[in-house]
Formats: sequence, structure tokens, C-alpha cells
Amino acid sequence: MFSRDTWKEIFETIQKNKLRTFLTGFTVALGIFIFVTLFGMGNGLNNTFAKFFGDDATNVFFVFRGRTTIPYKGYKANRQIEFENQDLVDIEDNFAMLMEYITPRISRNNLVTYKEESDNYNTRAVGPAHLFAEKTIIMKGRYINNLDVKNKTKYAVIGRLVERDLFSGENAIGKFIDIGGSNFKVIGVFQDDGGDNEERNIYIPYTTRQLIEKNTDKIDQIILAFRPEIGYAGAMAFEKKLDLFLREKKFISPEDPNGIFIRNVADNLKQNQQFAGVLQIIISAIAFAVIISGIIGISNIMVFVVKERTKEIGIRKALGATPKKVINSILFESIFITTISGFVGMIIGVVVLSQIGGKTLEDDYFITNPYIATGTAIFATVLLIICGTIAGYIPAKRAAKIKPIVALRDE
Amino acid sequence: MGSNSLHVLKGINFSCESGELVAIMGSSGSGKSTLLNILGMLDEADSGEYTLDSVPIKNLTETKAAQYRNKFLGFVFQSFNLINYKSAMENVALPLYYQRVPRKERQEKAIEYLDRVGLKEWATHLPSELSGGQKQRVAIARAMAAEPKVLLADEPTGALDSKTSYEVMDLIQKINDEGNTILVVTHEPDIAEMCKRVIHLKDGVIVEDKKVEQVRAAQYVQ
Repeated sequence: MFSRDTWKEIFETIQKNKLRTFLTGFTVALGIFIFVTLFGMGNGLNNTFAKFFGDDATNVFFVFRGRTTIPYKGYKANRQIEFENQDLVDIEDNFAMLMEYITPRISRNNLVTYKEESDNYNTRAVGPAHLFAEKTIIMKGRYINNLDVKNKTKYAVIGRLVERDLFSGENAIGKFIDIGGSNFKVIGVFQDDGGDNEERNIYIPYTTRQLIEKNTDKIDQIILAFRPEIGYAGAMAFEKKLDLFLREKKFISPEDPNGIFIRNVADNLKQNQQFAGVLQIIISAIAFAVIISGIIGISNIMVFVVKERTKEIGIRKALGATPKKVINSILFESIFITTISGFVGMIIGVVVLSQIGGKTLEDDYFITNPYIATGTAIFATVLLIICGTIAGYIPAKRAAKIKPIVALRDE
Repeated sequence: MGSNSLHVLKGINFSCESGELVAIMGSSGSGKSTLLNILGMLDEADSGEYTLDSVPIKNLTETKAAQYRNKFLGFVFQSFNLINYKSAMENVALPLYYQRVPRKERQEKAIEYLDRVGLKEWATHLPSELSGGQKQRVAIARAMAAEPKVLLADEPTGALDSKTSYEVMDLIQKINDEGNTILVVTHEPDIAEMCKRVIHLKDGVIVEDKKVEQVRAAQYVQ
């Protein structure tokens, strides 16, 4: 069946029917190529989503304060809610079982100066745990620690880009910078996967910020992390309990939409992942449709090829070709062409995917590192080959059944 | 085909000896091609017996029929039926391919038969580069290459002018001289006269079956 002679005969037929070979091969290669690139783009889109929301810890609540809109327990509406240091302690006392860490955040915009260089930067006055909440990566030096908070030290941890812009290549560690009129010693430089803006932040101890602002104990925002073990449902329950607890403490009506607001990253993340997942499903469906149309295309070509060769089949049968030989020669030819061109299309697709990844694509089209799993690519290719074979088999079988005299009469 | 069957042959009874050159004549629709197709196992008779070289040809599977055709029969058609993307030599070698003859041997044999029909120099040419007479000679070489017991020719000269027709008939006579059995379907009387026996068909029955004095085609060929 697989003798050298059979293959020679097949190669000759392929060689001498170049247009037919080209059309068949092109359909298959194009189908696989589109499938691979589309699927890869889908994965790239997913990567972008993962990156957008992957720079912060996923087990984090951000607690924001606002103005009340509903009078409650004798308090008037339109009252500004304030958080104090004591709130941190109270939350910790009440929810110690569910919590991993808690940190305040006070954000200010300050003019920051080092020698002749100066620029406006966002300073975040935080606690040590903020390191985990933002997934900050320390490049050199250290982050703010508990001692800094206790002693209200004038230490600053600056972003990679702050160092680059203000110190222009100089090592910032140990140098003094002026932040909004106070001198701070740089004790660390960090980087962050969240993008350039994240790396233009400056972290200082929150107690230091409070000291500068007339020794208040006010906090802008509370960031706290739940234990991952409590799961998604546990996190949602925790969020509800925390909300109630704070409303109780701050005398905010449970119906007030504005007094307090908790952003649950876990919930956000879940929604975004679902969104990315739906996108991926849509893209997969399109890619699958491309494969289907490829199969239809190749079926069409095979029907046409067999039709075109009816007379030739008649001649071959008159000369002594058995039905099996007729079917085999048509099938092997189609398998050979689809296999070769299928894998060529696949490889081109994979190469294109690896080439198009880049900054422009990432920034303008939200596609990061497009890729396709080898298994998926090979599965699609093999699927197309198998379907091409079946598509070729049916007309080939019918052609082999025609009486030679009928086939010979075919013009 | 279709629901209303048409009886083309209505009782044909004849036998043919080895080495005969028989012309089957008749006007169109007389059933001569149908008879030849049944003899060639390209078509099946609804009823009746057919014995070829003391082998009863009956209830053949497609595969069996293909093997018999390959072993016993050679075909020459009016429209040549060469495979247009194969060279003359490859066309001649094709029945040998189905006999599983090794490639080298196949090519040598194909060249040998092309030489016998005087087309050795044209071995590498495609059918489209050959004249009608040359195509028919390639077809004859192809039919002979498998060394069949019977050569069946369906209007072999039907698409040729008279000069080329005589050349082809000259070739057929020479092959017959070597002892091969040949059946020729034709409606041209001058072609029939070049055979040794003429069977006249009319409306599906044999009306005349006579031995004739063979006219050699060679005298018309320079």
C-alpha cells in the first residue's frame, strides 16, 4: 500500500496538476494560519487583562470615604466621613481571623526636588503592608517598616522612574530629597508591573505625613487584605460585614450609597476575568468557524477534483485499477497535500504570532505576547487533515463505484 | 439507467477463436458498442453467459472485474482516452503499474511497445503534443503492453482521417499477424474489409456472420 511506486505515482500526479495542488494546499494553509493567529491574538488579549489586574494583590479591599447623603441617627446629610488611626486598630481587632494585613494610604501631590531637578510626584503615605497590596518590588534599599511608622521618620521609597528623572543615573540611596518643603532621605527604590505611572510614586510612612499635616490622625483610604483561604464567597461575606461594621461605627445609614465605599479587587478581578474569558470564547468561536469553512472549502475542492478526474478514473479502471487503488490514490494525494500545507500554515502562523508581539500592539491593541499552545495548533491541523480526508473519501468512493463505461462517457 | 429499461441486445450467440480478427458492424444504435463493452467487462449483461478463455465471466465484483480486465483485455477507444498529464511512455506503462510490474521493467517494456508502433522518439511527449493517429497508436501500444488475450477496439478509426485510419489498421493487422485476437467495432465498410471475419448487427441481433478475404491496409500506406 505504501510502496515507493504508489508514492511516485502520487508525486507525479501532484506535480503535474499544480493549480489543483496549489488551490487545495492554499485553502488548508490559509485556514490553519487564520486559526492560529486569531487564537493567538485571543490569548494575547487575555494576557493583557491578566497584566492590567495582576499588578495588585487580588485579595485586597480598598475602603474609600465620602460624604453622606442620608441623615442618620441625628447626624445631618452631607457630612464628610473621616477615617482615623483608631479605625485601623478597631478593624484589626474585630476581623483578625479573616485578615492578612491592613494599611492606610494618604495620597498627596508634591513638588519633589533634588539639587536642580524637580517635578511633581504623587506621594503615598502608607504602612509597611502596602508593599504586598501593590506588589511593589524593591530594587535596592528597603521599604518602609514598622519602626519608621513608630518613629515617624522622614524616609522615602521612590519609584524607578523618579530615580531616573531626578538623579539621572546617580544612585539615589542615602541622598536627601525635598518633598513639599520637607527633607526626606531616600532609603529604597522600587519597580512595579503596573506601568509607568506606578513607578512615579513615592512612599513615605503615614505617621510622618500626619505629623507634617499638623499632627492629625486622619487617613484617606484603608487598604486591607483578607486571607486567601476564605475564598471568593468568604471574601464577599467579609466585605459585607466590614461595610456594616464601618457604617455602624461612623453612623452612616445602611442605605446610604455615598458615605463609604469598598472596592473589592477579588470581585473586580472575577468580572474582568469573565470578560476576558467571554472575549476568548468569541475569538475561539470565530477561529473554529474559520476551521469549519476551511473544511467546507477542502470538501468542495475534493468533490471538484474527483469530478474532474471521473474520466481519468474510468480510464484507469478500464486498464485494471481496482476500486481500492482508485480510492487510495485520491486519498493519499489529499492527505499528503493537506498534511504538508496544514503544517506549513501552522508554522507560518506561529512564526507570525511570535513576530508581531511588541510595544505598539500592546499599547494600542491590548494584545500582549500572543501565543498558541502547540497542542491546540496541532489539534486544529490534524482536525482539518482528518476532515479533508473524509471529505475526499466520500466522493472518491463514489467515483470508484461508477462503472468504467459511465466514467469513460463523461466529457 | 432510469426506470424504463431498453433492450439493446436481444439474443447474441457467437464464439471467437484465438487469433481471429473480427469486425463487428452495424448502424448506430444496433448494439455493437454495448456488445463490446460487455465483452470488455466495462458493462454487465442482464442475462446470458460469457466465457473468456474458459473462465465464466459472471457476478464479478468490481475488484475481480478490474483484475480480469487487466490480465485478459486491452482496450482501444475512439476518443483515445489517454491520460492527458502523463507522457506517452507513462500512459503505456500504466496497465503494467496495475500489474505491479517494477518501475524499471515497466519503462523498458513501455519503450519497447512504443517502438513497435513507431513512436519511440515521442516517448516523453504529452498526448496534447501528438496527432490523432499518434495518439491512437499510443493507445494501441498501451492496450498491447499488458499482453492481453483479447484486444477490443471501439471505433478505433472513428476520429481519424482515412489515411491515418489505414495506418492504424495496418498496425492492428500486424498485431493480429503475431497471433493476437482482436475485435474491432466499426461502421465503416472499408475498415471491416480489412478484418478476417465480419459480424453484422441490426437492432440487437446478428443478421450476418461471414469470413471475408482480408484487404491488407499496407497497400494504402506509403
